[in-house]
Amino acid sequence: MSRTVPSATPSRPLPKSSGRPNQLFRNLNSKIALTPMILVAAVVFFGGTIWTVIYSFTNSRLLPRASFVGFDQYERLWASSRWIISIQNLLIYGILSLIFSLVVGFVLAALMDQKIRFESAFRTIFLYPFALSFIVTGLVWQWILNPEFGVQGIVRSLGWTSFTFDPLYNPDIVIYGILIAGLWQGTGLVMCLMLAGLRGIDEDIWKAARVDGIPMWRTYLFVVIPMMRPVFITTLVLIGSGIVKLYDLVVAQTSGGPGNASEVPAKYVYDYMFQAQNLGQGFAASTMMLLTVAIIIIPWAYLEFGGKKRG
Amino acid sequence: MANVSTLNATGAAIDAVRTEIAAGPRGKKPKKVLSRRNIMIYGILGLAALYYLLPLYVMVVTSLKGMPEVRLGNIFSPPMEITFEPWVKAWAEACTGLNCDGLSRGFWNSVRILVPSVIVSIAVASVSGYALANWRFKGSELFFSVLIIGAFIPYQVMIYPLVIILREIGIYGSLTGLVIVHTIFGMPILTLLFRNYFAGLPEELFKAARIDGAGFWQIYGRIMLPMSLPIFVVAIIIQVTGIWNDFLFGVVFTRPDTYPMTVQLNNIVNSVQGVKEYNVNMAATLLTGAVPLIVYFVSGRLFVRGIAAGAVKG
Repeated sequence: MSRTVPSATPSRPLPKSSGRPNQLFRNLNSKIALTPMILVAAVVFFGGTIWTVIYSFTNSRLLPRASFVGFDQYERLWASSRWIISIQNLLIYGILSLIFSLVVGFVLAALMDQKIRFESAFRTIFLYPFALSFIVTGLVWQWILNPEFGVQGIVRSLGWTSFTFDPLYNPDIVIYGILIAGLWQGTGLVMCLMLAGLRGIDEDIWKAARVDGIPMWRTYLFVVIPMMRPVFITTLVLIGSGIVKLYDLVVAQTSGGPGNASEVPAKYVYDYMFQAQNLGQGFAASTMMLLTVAIIIIPWAYLEFGGKKRG
Repeated sequence: MANVSTLNATGAAIDAVRTEIAAGPRGKKPKKVLSRRNIMIYGILGLAALYYLLPLYVMVVTSLKGMPEVRLGNIFSPPMEITFEPWVKAWAEACTGLNCDGLSRGFWNSVRILVPSVIVSIAVASVSGYALANWRFKGSELFFSVLIIGAFIPYQVMIYPLVIILREIGIYGSLTGLVIVHTIFGMPILTLLFRNYFAGLPEELFKAARIDGAGFWQIYGRIMLPMSLPIFVVAIIIQVTGIWNDFLFGVVFTRPDTYPMTVQLNNIVNSVQGVKEYNVNMAATLLTGAVPLIVYFVSGRLFVRGIAAGAVKG
């Protein structure tokens, strides 16, 4: 993630460690200082993850039990209609929110990059939703999309009485209602990252394009965007790993309803672990989430860090 | 051949532009303010700004109306009579389950969670970042990569083992437990932040201090800390907004009487019993959003820097 941090890491040569005795005690203070963190990484991040994966092969219910049942939990998981709905919702939400937030974020950033006035005012406005929690976001949009008082009610009171816009109460489109809120919260961040990327493009590129008489939109499409590849990849990874975690927003906006039409995997995990007393299912579902993130992250990590610096 | 000549021509043209620029500042070209281009740019940006501001406006307006006025229907109309009663009610009387002492309880819980979590996580992460940047040892880089990977593991995978650990220690459900959880999950991103910052400081400072005989903690306390105020502010911003906005950990690691504000807010608004008081709900929502919003508006540019780094936390 060092890419997103303005001050990139210069690679500093390692102090020579050869030829001295007591390897273990070299930089002892440093090792002591890192102990809490190493413990946490080892016990919680790795120990915890591996523990969950292992116990996803058991039939634990109220309490974790080490009686292994092979892939039973996974078979049950993929046979469950609620899980299938969760996955479908996550796919719809994920793909659309990737497309929309990248397009909208980029367009806004490109407009902001036209040496406009009030730039910081606009940026403040576009970004403030990102400071708010998903709970707050979900509740506000629940209110705005309320069919009786919200957008639908107002359009109807203007005389168009058959107007229907009730995404949160219609199982077929409820995920789009959540998408509206999610985009409202998240596009500001994408805009900011894109703007930083655009500002990193050499001014001479623009001058060269203008001299050659290339129209602006073509310069963006064929010169600038390909040059911003790293920014796009970072943004993609950020949005992608955020989408998989989608939970609070759904809980606040619809609690998974109507029925279970807006369920998502993270909610499935929570409900099975802490409400339905069916730990095995929860572990299996969370392992699937881990797998999804790994599918997103590993190729990216390979591209970013692969050849250059290992470990 | 034609290609080469156009290239040359382009190069020459660029050079011409360059020399023109190098020749010194010239006044801006006078532009028409209301060109079609400007109307389009400001039009689109203005519309987008409206869309982004709308929910905030609706929250404020609804929270200032009385319930009869809310029932009249238009959520966008400004209040005819401004009343602060919903705010009072949300703060002191709103019910979650059997407790009817309002959001204030959640607010103070959140504060009690926030302050130690921010202090502990930043203390641990800044020391670790410093050790990783300036006192490398065999395996420290590997450990750092491992830590960054840890930042991407979905929390859901690690939650249950953590519940077991905290239960064994006997602090599951207490505020202390939640503080530990926030400290743990704040670590990867904060360590990354501090490591990159310390690695960017001039190495000569560090070397000079070592020659003068300063040790690990001395260099940290006397040289690194005073030089890294901005990054501490960024870290505080990330942690304050992140921890205040957290819902998942709050709901998993606390009991109803120690619920943080977000969890309590969700319970108040989404409770099925009783008459829905939308104005109180919106006042409660605004109250919960107020802390990160204030942090955002006060910190300005630093916030942008913080979220760019902190976005990994999701």
